[in-house]
Amino acid sequence: MAALLEVKNLGISFGGLRAVDDFEISIKKGQLYGLIGPNGAGKTTIFNLLTGVYKPSEGVIMLDGENITGLKTIEINKAGIARTFQNIRLFKDLSVIDNVKAGLHNHYKYTTLEGVLRLPSYFKTEKAMTQRAMELLKVFELDQEAEYLAANLPYGKQRKLEIARALATEPKLLLLDEPAAGMNPNETMELMETIRFVRDNFDMTILLIEHDMKLVSGICEELTVLNFGRILAQGETAGVLNDPQVITAYLGE
Amino acid sequence: MKKMKINKKTKDNIITYGIVLVAYIVMELLINTGHISSLMQGLLVPLCVYVILAVSLNLTVGILGELSLGHAGFMCVGAFTGAFFSKCTQNAIPADLLRFILAIIIGAIAAGIVGFLIGMPVLRLRGDYLAIVTLAFGEIIKNIINVLYVGKDSDGFHFSLKDSLSLGLKEDGEVIINGAQGITGTPKDSTFTIGIILIVLTLIIVLNLIHSRDGRAIMSIRDNLIAAESIGINITKYKLMAFSVSAALAGMAGVLYAHNLNSLMATPKNFGYNMSIMILVFVVLGGIGNIRGSIISAVILTLLPELLRGLSNYRMLIYSVILIVMMLFNWSPKLINLREKYSFKRLFKKTREVQ
Repeated sequence: MAALLEVKNLGISFGGLRAVDDFEISIKKGQLYGLIGPNGAGKTTIFNLLTGVYKPSEGVIMLDGENITGLKTIEINKAGIARTFQNIRLFKDLSVIDNVKAGLHNHYKYTTLEGVLRLPSYFKTEKAMTQRAMELLKVFELDQEAEYLAANLPYGKQRKLEIARALATEPKLLLLDEPAAGMNPNETMELMETIRFVRDNFDMTILLIEHDMKLVSGICEELTVLNFGRILAQGETAGVLNDPQVITAYLGE
Repeated sequence: MKKMKINKKTKDNIITYGIVLVAYIVMELLINTGHISSLMQGLLVPLCVYVILAVSLNLTVGILGELSLGHAGFMCVGAFTGAFFSKCTQNAIPADLLRFILAIIIGAIAAGIVGFLIGMPVLRLRGDYLAIVTLAFGEIIKNIINVLYVGKDSDGFHFSLKDSLSLGLKEDGEVIINGAQGITGTPKDSTFTIGIILIVLTLIIVLNLIHSRDGRAIMSIRDNLIAAESIGINITKYKLMAFSVSAALAGMAGVLYAHNLNSLMATPKNFGYNMSIMILVFVVLGGIGNIRGSIISAVILTLLPELLRGLSNYRMLIYSVILIVMMLFNWSPKLINLREKYSFKRLFKKTREVQ
């Protein structure tokens, strides 16, 4: 089966610093893929390259057979990559449901004029949007808090809301940047279930950055370990985690 | 839960519209029974102008989250375009109301276009930088109009940036925009009723825009630009949309302003940065992003200097003290707590609990 995401020879330099060098990855449809590595290894930089925040100095990114190298963030999102952020970036002063509705922006449309004049299509589309947003919120058990301001949600729920918002854009590939950061073990277990649920029920392919080894070994099928911007090891989770090189570089024994 | 929210938003909007309509009815009653001095009556149209300006600036400052100090410039564009149109078509369109409506539309469109053109390069900047550049553009607009001469004769229109003689008008020609002397003899079409209608129109446009798909996109850009981009929202498009709509509404206010005067001049007092900052004060005092607050603060701060007229020289001193006190009352955390403690809602609730 052809890979959903195929990255070849990806690299970027900031001044003299080689942040990412010769990065390669191939993710199959429906896979749960982990990207791990010590702090400063370049994991988030790779996410930024994949989503067009940075333009790669070299390399090719193919999504579902389509070359998306060098496209703008908006175009990449439309092509089918959605992400969450390491430091949560919600629309704080919007309600929880409006955060998700903003994610639905490109899938439910009416013109500005229809919106301002409150024509029937406004009510029809808004109703459909509310319905879809509530469905997504239910998946993440946020439907009770739909009217809260996003800023007032507890931390764990903010993380979930970010995933819900990303899913609202109907991506083919979901990038999660440290989804379990700052969560207690119970919340992490719950999050693992949610991620699995998303993969199964939304037919989603997921690439995640994570430091929590329990989560990584629990749900990721394959791993790439990054160190100083280069690939240290790549392959099936169990094999990679037992690689002596990885243990010295990352797990520190 | 879902129903409650729709109700709450709608309820909020209805209260806002209600305040405007009640204020209108009360004022009309007072005028008809002769309880309002002619001085106050003269203040009614400017009041409407300021309310529209405050609401429209709130769209840029509160909803889009960008600080603009050039709002008076857009008002200026609207005022001159509208007045120019009225002056040119005074004989061609004898129906006053029709001509005025057309002038309003044309003034708003002209200001909207200028807003769009200025917004394109300027909205790449953020925060203080944007504020400074918009301030400069506002001044540029005012100064260009100050040296603009436009005349009309049987050959058509003549333009000059030098003086009225270099227009080279024929015998039958007439200077319409006369540089620093501006436009004289604009028909006085503005009335309180039209002003209120325009306020309601502004409210409909702004409130409906905010509570729609586009409004959500605009507010998501305000809250987090990077996240908005990552979910596929076109930043440039929505920034420009909010900025141009805001400018167009300011232009509409300008037309209303121009048709309330016999002679329209672009002076620092009416279209300079002082005016822009005054509108910003309305917005900040009323609460950034709070449309109803903008209306109320624009009304209070416009009436205040007139009410304090009796204090002659101390007028502006008292005005500024009141401004500071109001600001503290609105925004100091302790006072907010105090207000919540003794708010009507709370007191009402308590009595109900006792029962």
